[in-house]
Amino acid sequence: MRVRLSVNGASQEHEVEPRLLLVHYLREVVGLTGTNVGCDTSSCGACTVLMDGESIKSCTVLAVQADGTEITTIEGMAQDGAMHPIQEAFREHHALQCGYCTPGMVMAAASLLKEHADLTEAEVREGLEGNLCRCTGYHNIVKAVLAAAGDREALV
Amino acid sequence: MIPVAFDYQRVSSVDEALGLLATHGDEAKLLAGGHSLLPLMKLRLAVPSVLVDVGRLHDLSYVRDAGDHVAIGALTRHRDLETSELLAAQVPILAHVAGQVGDPQVRHRGTIGGSLAHGDPASDLPAVVLALGGTLVARGPGGERTIEARSFFEGFLQTALGPDELLTEIRVPKATIVGAAAVRNGTTGVALVNMGSTPLRASATEAALAAGASIGDAAAVAAEGTEPSGDLNASPDFRRHLATVLVRRALEEAAS
Amino acid sequence: MTVADAGVAGVVGTPMTRREDPGLLSGEARFVDDLVVPGALHVGLVRSPHANARIRSVDTSAAMALPGVVAAFSGADLRDEWAQPLPCAWPVTPEMLNPAHLPLAVEHARYAGDAVAAVVAESAYVAEDAAALVAVDYDVLPAVVDLEDAVADRALVHPELSTNTAYTWELTPEPEAVERAFAEAVHTVSERYVQQRLIPEAMEPRGVCVVPQPFGDEYTVYSATQIPHILKVMLGLSLGVAETKLRVVAPAVGGGFGSKLNVYAEELLCAALARRLKRPVRWNEDRTENAQATIQGRGQIQHIELAADGDGKIRAVRVRLLADMGAYLQLVTPGIPLLGAFLYHGAYDVPAYSFVCTGVFTTKTPTDAYRGAGRPEATYAIERAIDALAGKVGVDPAEIRRRNFIPREAFPYSSAPGLVFDSGDYEGSLGKALDLAGYDDLRAEQRARRARGSTRHLGVGLSSYVEMCGLAPSRVLASLNYSAGGWEAATVRILPTGTAQVVTGTSPHGQGHVTSWSMIVADKLGISPDEVEVLHSDTAVAPHGMDTYGSRSVSVGGTAVFLAAERVLTKARTIAAHQLEVAEEDLELSGGTFAVRGSPERSMALATIAFEAFTAHNLPDGLEPTLEASVTWDPPNFTFPFGTHVAVVEVDEETGRVDLVRYVAVDDCGEQVNPLIVEGQVHGGIVQGVAQALWEEAVYDQDGNLLTTTLTDYLVPSAAEVPSIEVGRTVTPSPTNPMGVKGVGETGTIAATPAVMNAVIDALAPFGVRDLDMPATPERVWHAIRGIGQEGRQ
Repeated sequence: MRVRLSVNGASQEHEVEPRLLLVHYLREVVGLTGTNVGCDTSSCGACTVLMDGESIKSCTVLAVQADGTEITTIEGMAQDGAMHPIQEAFREHHALQCGYCTPGMVMAAASLLKEHADLTEAEVREGLEGNLCRCTGYHNIVKAVLAAAGDREALV
Repeated sequence: MIPVAFDYQRVSSVDEALGLLATHGDEAKLLAGGHSLLPLMKLRLAVPSVLVDVGRLHDLSYVRDAGDHVAIGALTRHRDLETSELLAAQVPILAHVAGQVGDPQVRHRGTIGGSLAHGDPASDLPAVVLALGGTLVARGPGGERTIEARSFFEGFLQTALGPDELLTEIRVPKATIVGAAAVRNGTTGVALVNMGSTPLRASATEAALAAGASIGDAAAVAAEGTEPSGDLNASPDFRRHLATVLVRRALEEAAS
Repeated sequence: MTVADAGVAGVVGTPMTRREDPGLLSGEARFVDDLVVPGALHVGLVRSPHANARIRSVDTSAAMALPGVVAAFSGADLRDEWAQPLPCAWPVTPEMLNPAHLPLAVEHARYAGDAVAAVVAESAYVAEDAAALVAVDYDVLPAVVDLEDAVADRALVHPELSTNTAYTWELTPEPEAVERAFAEAVHTVSERYVQQRLIPEAMEPRGVCVVPQPFGDEYTVYSATQIPHILKVMLGLSLGVAETKLRVVAPAVGGGFGSKLNVYAEELLCAALARRLKRPVRWNEDRTENAQATIQGRGQIQHIELAADGDGKIRAVRVRLLADMGAYLQLVTPGIPLLGAFLYHGAYDVPAYSFVCTGVFTTKTPTDAYRGAGRPEATYAIERAIDALAGKVGVDPAEIRRRNFIPREAFPYSSAPGLVFDSGDYEGSLGKALDLAGYDDLRAEQRARRARGSTRHLGVGLSSYVEMCGLAPSRVLASLNYSAGGWEAATVRILPTGTAQVVTGTSPHGQGHVTSWSMIVADKLGISPDEVEVLHSDTAVAPHGMDTYGSRSVSVGGTAVFLAAERVLTKARTIAAHQLEVAEEDLELSGGTFAVRGSPERSMALATIAFEAFTAHNLPDGLEPTLEASVTWDPPNFTFPFGTHVAVVEVDEETGRVDLVRYVAVDDCGEQVNPLIVEGQVHGGIVQGVAQALWEEAVYDQDGNLLTTTLTDYLVPSAAEVPSIEVGRTVTPSPTNPMGVKGVGETGTIAATPAVMNAVIDALAPFGVRDLDMPATPERVWHAIRGIGQEGRQ
């Protein structure tokens, strides 16, 4: 089946098997391997990307379901050679160690910050409950997201 | 973890979906947000040969004031329920619970119709619709019919929907009281999650309240008549105990 | 804490942001599954659904008929590929029983998840389809699940061994002293604790890709491993391939926690299949396979007894362990309990000691190293037991610890089990932790809640731990029958243009070695960390190493880097003195430049010296060209980090729910190279330890089926379940290495589990609850409150 979609602003058009998962489409057909697969059961959020600006788990969406949408992956976050403020905040606050959950975590945070004007620590924690990290204990992730939330001008 | 291969049909109308269901019968499965179905397919526990994708039937995504009730399109996403101002004003418990489903990513994809049609006794939304005394609207080859939520959930992952039917709308009475699992609109509806093979009304509690029992006494009988199963999270005994505690807390919250 | 810019000398000890991050944050970093390898075939594995079964037949014909399938093999088909079975490098006793463990089971599957057949296909999708078409006929045998039952040998995991006991290992230096202490004790404590099995759940499942160059019989092995160097040796032995024909690369690795400190069936399989098929072969684990076929952690039943005098001063500790090996001995399976064997007296001065461990086979996934490996188990037992002792003596948990701590002036301290603890100030860390937590206020709040009959009970738990890391002096490893050394290698060279290159034998997978090693070198040489390149995790560029595990990297690997940089500096000084025609001692190093004392205009920058060393036009007689040095550092001792953690929980009396509301950690890991990284390790370790106490358990049913095979059943906490961590530190340098560092990778996990369980039990004191199995699920807590006792879930 034919799919046409935008990935990080670039048009893509491919013939795909209906059962092809969006995450495998992005990784293997489009060649963007920044999005990772962690669990297969939509528990861990490592595969989180934005679909039309909202976070989704790309291991639980078929590529054919993404036909006609705009997808943003971690590779699409930096603009003009500068990292996105959320990425910067993650670096500044040591919010990553092995980095495997990081792309999904950043995308989930981007969606969360877009949807909520003000966030408390508890709200950030609830808002990231769909993303698991085994390294950081979340302490610095929460700190980074709160820091990015405090710098909303830079996020737009 | 890859699904078994299948044919995929994306439809642009309810009639087209019904036509495909009529053609393929049991072999076909409806796909909305996919967050119940696709995990089962990846585990190869569900092996449909045709997926009928109703996800683009945007006409079925709405929350409308319909006088004495609120009408919700079956393809309305959890996120849209969570942020609906109409629901917040008229049926706040539904907005609140929709905001608790899964995680944000799931709420961006999952739909109320998909959740109800999946019929998982561990899901929150079916229980809330049940507690509210909601009505479900389905369309099939014979036209449209309405099903009371009370008779919709028939067994574990089994509903009154026929294999040739599509859930199109959920109607819930306006209820102004916020509560965790209990709702009051004149009478009090209490529904239980994970206390049997389907979402259940806590009939004994409801009857006790109707007879004027105190919250404490009514909650104490919340698990009467239920047969919860045991799993990794809890034994049947513990579930029965939790039902009494949580129903009491919900009633207290609703009353306050 | 403010974050410093990458600076020059003095950078060690500053919270510099990580150099690893841009690649990981941008998605550019390459994990195994990200590597593009044209023509690679995908392996799908058929795993036994039974815990114990004879394999009657394997029929691959339907799989072979599927378009896109290239080959399919049973265990018997591949039997001749193996020069040796999968390795176990730690035969803890000469008598230890170690049954042959082949990558694909032949005739007999011994745990649910044991691989029995492999299919090879053009895509991962087809490989999964094909694996489902392999028909295996099993003769199902009784599972051996319960540890205490397994010892009775009613059913056997390996009938040919005639027993399920793999080994018994004892450490009782003075048996009479132990007997005497118990005979004379005023207070005794006798407790039985269960260390449930845990699944490490690194976020990146395992993966391996083997690229052959068939004409030269050479192989490049990309693997999500913590141990590329050890893996290379073991692959050579198991495959019958010369080490010189193998290159092992660990690309970006998404966490390990010990689970990637192993040599796995799939690594051997992919290599053997690449050899056989003469094509690149790759395999990626899915999460369910990860739960079943990657090693699990813990799995012990502990009996601990304390003998104490009337003041609660502990006079002896006696420990008996049953340790669950699982179905086979993986790389260091039998040695894991031994890593805790020396630490069951904890941070306390105990004169008499007895430890005995029995390793037992069961028909379950093999166990092996999981973060802390032996030390969390030991710490849990002593920290729970000392709280029980406090109860018997009638003193506060903080007081019982103070009475028993090894005093600050006793270091270096020779422990009864035979170690020498390097340095410590245990009372200092306890005091700081209690201050940070506001301990007295917490106790007041607890009393107030109890007085007003609140159903939300406050519990405060302490854990004062000491651990041994920096594994280890090679001679000590020899005495434990470990088949490798404990050294680490490093090379530091100044390149002709003046930038530095470090080659390290450590293999980071989240620990930030690129950042820390470049800080050590930059600090030493007076250049910017950005000017230091760190090469690692590829046996072709970093040929010597003992890899990353056991909190060894900074104290062993970092020390090797430090010493190599020092040697480079010494050589640079020699060259500068020669060219400036002054004595070496007349030179001062500042900002990366050697200047003549008193004549600063006469100087040579390190970059200039490097270029002179590179051209070698004018070097002192006999001095070798180039500016580089290699060091292999074998530490003289373990290092002994320590600290005190305080957990505060709320327990809902009605629902049994436990909420962790505060967590205070005061750790002392000696000097810190990068406090930002140290704190990150502490945070993450703590949450893993908390998770053992409250949520995580690998649950098996009576038939040996693992029930927690996905992350919907195995409850790894999310951000929503844990609070922020309140971190404090003390600094007691280790005298065993020049930087005074200790190690911090496992401290959080070691400390947290008993802190949380002590807090839960403290909260339940009004109900007379003294013990609770982990994890402290709502149902377990509810049963305990009602006095129903321990509820078994199996």
